[in-house]
Amino acid sequence: MNDWSRIAPQLVDATGETLYMVGVATALTVLLGVPLGVLLTITAPGALAPHPLVNRLLGLVVNLGRSLPFIILLVLVAPVTRGIVGTTIGSTATIVPLTIGAVPFLARLVETSLREVAHGKVEATLAMGARRRDVVRTVLLPEALPSLVAGVTVTVVALISYSAMAGAIGGGGLGDFAIRYGYQQFRTDITLATVVLLLVVVQLLQWAGDRWARRLATS
Amino acid sequence: MIELSDVRKVFPARRTAGEVVALDGVSLSVARGEFAGVVGPSGSGKSTLARLVNLLERPTSGTVTVDGRVLTDLDAAGVREARRSIGMIFQHFNLLDSRTAAGNVEHPLELAGVGRTERRRRVAELLDLVGLADRHASRPAQLSGGQKQRVAIARALAARPSVLLCDEATSALDPASTTGVLELLRQVRAELGLTVLLITHEMSVVRAVCDSAVLMSDGRVVDGGPLTEVLARPDSALAAQLVPAPAGSGVGGDLVLVTVTDAIPHGAVLQTLTAELGLSVEVVGGSVETVAGRRFGQLLLRVEGDDGRLDPALARLRAGGALVERTAAGDPRPQPDADDAPPRPHREPDVQRLADAPDVQR
Repeated sequence: MNDWSRIAPQLVDATGETLYMVGVATALTVLLGVPLGVLLTITAPGALAPHPLVNRLLGLVVNLGRSLPFIILLVLVAPVTRGIVGTTIGSTATIVPLTIGAVPFLARLVETSLREVAHGKVEATLAMGARRRDVVRTVLLPEALPSLVAGVTVTVVALISYSAMAGAIGGGGLGDFAIRYGYQQFRTDITLATVVLLLVVVQLLQWAGDRWARRLATS
Repeated sequence: MIELSDVRKVFPARRTAGEVVALDGVSLSVARGEFAGVVGPSGSGKSTLARLVNLLERPTSGTVTVDGRVLTDLDAAGVREARRSIGMIFQHFNLLDSRTAAGNVEHPLELAGVGRTERRRRVAELLDLVGLADRHASRPAQLSGGQKQRVAIARALAARPSVLLCDEATSALDPASTTGVLELLRQVRAELGLTVLLITHEMSVVRAVCDSAVLMSDGRVVDGGPLTEVLARPDSALAAQLVPAPAGSGVGGDLVLVTVTDAIPHGAVLQTLTAELGLSVEVVGGSVETVAGRRFGQLLLRVEGDDGRLDPALARLRAGGALVERTAAGDPRPQPDADDAPPRPHREPDVQRLADAPDVQR
């Protein structure tokens, strides 16, 4: 059991891979999920730009993405992944399903946050002669920002859990490591070590996210 | 300045409620520089009326004209442009919590594309105007209700509008803040030459600031005009609400209701009744208020010892311009829809509230 000097650097590498996958996937998810959430919100009946058909269509896509178990999604989007990255193995390839899985999740959270913004604020801004995109930019997003940050934090934590699952099909990162060394070689201590590492990463992220959201809400 | 012509607003039937006729053929005209009030019970359509003036709500039919522009004929860009010259304040202020007081006032200037230095200068000027120069860095959460409404007024005035719409702007404020906000509204109206349309259910607000008012009921204007003229009409439904008639129930004898205005002092009436006719006159009720800067009131007199000369004397006084009439105890004013009026159609109370709710179209 004195192979920890050999395993430790690999654990560090795996953690790095996890952070890389989750980091890039988070950036892409925010880039795609926030606009999707905005669209879901403003096309709702009676909202800023009501469009029942678009709203129902987007709702359907989001629900589909959210109802699929991530492990199924992983397999299902493999052709897409191969098309974009060229392979389905490794952490870069895993970013694709991670993003596809997290975008609908974040979009719903964004929609919930934006709906909380009092309609009177939107109305007051329209009464100033604002365009609808001005309302989104200067009212909906800034007013919902603390809640949006909290939503992104929840999404990041979900991404970490997804990324560990992706390890099961050779996605790299801590999940991959735990399965290959911990599960397949019956090394419970290695499984435990990765669990502790994951816990630490999640705790740190949640703490940072909460702090940021609170600062935004009270500043 | 503001011209509504035969405006109808019908909210289509929805799952939870039937079709609601919020406004049913309303015509209204507010002159430049006028401080006009719209009063009525909740559900009478008065808030919908305010929201039609800047087209937050589009009328189902009829035209809305502000400052010579027919808003109902404009396209979306034209309406946005026109809205810049129509400021609006709300019952719940609707300030952005993510911005400071200064940031909120700056908001319409940003939207209008005003440059940064000019914005800063204008914001300072406006916060000074509303008496909050020292609170520019405060968040709405740190301000009192009255202060929030002052910030909202500064914001509404930022783009130099010619019209200010006030939708129940003092209804969420305590009496002291209400007085302060109303004084500020009068002041900015005078300084900036604004035309103000004020929606309220509080008659004291109309008495304090308005030059004219209309009374709404069930989506229609039922009474209105310059207050001095309205109050001089003894049968006016609006006057009855503005200055409630004194109650004289349980009082015997001949009752005479005297309407008091600056132009028609009541001294002559008392003089005639007591000195000339030698009757015993007692004041059993009444009030005199200052409305639109003028004195107005009603006195209910009990007259004893009438030997048949009272009626001719009252006729003589009326001919001389005095507003006097005999009245029955407890019912000093003729009620418009007492017995002879057909019963009004029953309406669900929540439907009425919906008609007035700002989010009715959501």
